[in-house]
Amino acid sequence: MSLPLPLPTIDPDTQPFWDGARRGALLIQRCRDCGRPQFFPRPRCVRCGGSIAWIEASGEGRVYSYTVVHRAPHESLVPLVPYVVALVDLAEGVRMMSRVRAADSGVVQIGAAVRVAFERVSDEVTLPLFEVVGP
Amino acid sequence: MTEYTLRGQVAIVGVAESALGKTPDRTVLSLQQEAALGALDDAGLALSDVDGLFVSGYQYAERPAVLTAEYLGIQPRYLESTNLGGSGFVAAVERAGAAIAAGLCETVLICYGSTQYSSRTRALGGRPPEWSYQFEVPHGPALPLSAYALAATRHMYLYGTTSEQLAEVAVAARQWAMRNPKALRRAPLTVDEVLASPLISSPLRGLDCCLVTDGGGAVVVTSAERARTLRRQPVYLLGSGIATTHEAITNMPELTETPARASGALAFARAGVRPHEVDVVEVYDSFTITVVLTLEDLGFCRTGEGGAFVSGGRIAPDGDFPLNTSGGGLSYTHPGMFGIFLLIEAVRQLRGDCGERQVANARTALCHGTGGQLSTAATVILGREA
Repeated sequence: MSLPLPLPTIDPDTQPFWDGARRGALLIQRCRDCGRPQFFPRPRCVRCGGSIAWIEASGEGRVYSYTVVHRAPHESLVPLVPYVVALVDLAEGVRMMSRVRAADSGVVQIGAAVRVAFERVSDEVTLPLFEVVGP
Repeated sequence: MTEYTLRGQVAIVGVAESALGKTPDRTVLSLQQEAALGALDDAGLALSDVDGLFVSGYQYAERPAVLTAEYLGIQPRYLESTNLGGSGFVAAVERAGAAIAAGLCETVLICYGSTQYSSRTRALGGRPPEWSYQFEVPHGPALPLSAYALAATRHMYLYGTTSEQLAEVAVAARQWAMRNPKALRRAPLTVDEVLASPLISSPLRGLDCCLVTDGGGAVVVTSAERARTLRRQPVYLLGSGIATTHEAITNMPELTETPARASGALAFARAGVRPHEVDVVEVYDSFTITVVLTLEDLGFCRTGEGGAFVSGGRIAPDGDFPLNTSGGGLSYTHPGMFGIFLLIEAVRQLRGDCGERQVANARTALCHGTGGQLSTAATVILGREA
């Protein structure tokens, strides 16, 4: 599937994340000094100011909250409605927003186990999406 | 230790709206001018008295306060265009008070205008996919609505809050609007009708959402000393607070703990007022869930009990908790940002100007603005006595 979605405005802070997604890796950050995991990407730790390292996340997480979007905010998303947008808490301890692919939006519940899946939407951008893998 | 020195030192002395609703023949600036002149007239002041100008807005100007000063034909010595979103105008009362107390200016005009309806600029998902939003917008949330919907889902999960309880917020707002001649939606509304309106971003439905309108508003703030020489009952600033926890909803630490906790605690402590001493409450109702979250976080009820609190007619005109007495953003007006209208209504209630919807013996009021995706909060407590 290739849709003219509103694509991310990638910047120097976030380029490694999107580079990772393009090759199928979900990258987050961890502080080299205090060990705190971090997302969204920034060059310094927001807790201690330390330098960060990029790490590959397991891709496993749980739904923290979700909404089923019935009125698409963008023309390109109209064919997908209704679709699920969730906040996912990754096993590593950071949260990210993602569409959750599900044939039936009813299977998406708070606490449901999800796993990352990648969807290429342009030459530059692959979006990390999630799929439900358990209750 | 910081000491709050604004209590009773400044007052709101004039308020007005511009034309509201659909104003296809009007500009953002002409709506501001109409509201500004109305508020100054209400105060018994003239544009020549204004030496501080606060204008917040977006999309139409790089320097809103400067552009508006030019349009009004004034050269104020103090200008502010801080944009905190919908909380900005409530926050502006604190900032205006600080500027006046510091001797930087004496009479501040706070104004706002928007042609959001006529210019069709309200786009769900209209946030550019940049900065932290680059990790949200490509996934298709209808922002800001979906951010509030995520909070609503979480609140329902944790506390058993229901769509019927959210609908009660919209129904009560409509009942107040039916007593406000300036309100745009005045037909009777039932919980069942709210529940029958189409889902936009679950669990929120069309009638859980504020209106999209044109309009403007203005508020005049001056020193308490000067206020006592003017023609209207001064409405004094007793306490205020501003807070933020995040910009994009992904980065909100807990979706059911809003920055209203911090801004409200500051405002109550600084005012020396407790929640049960407030006679009338005006909180930003961008969506029905916003009201439930805000009432909990301001301490009017306990966390998790907001759904039950707004039910059973408690917040409706004959209930014991007068809330959003203008009809709010849900039924009165909502030109992009509602903050200025919270202040206008609170001042009118404290002056006793509200006719059919007047809250008896209103002496103390609270206004609370929410901006962005539950991102910013500003609270003020206002009173008839300094």
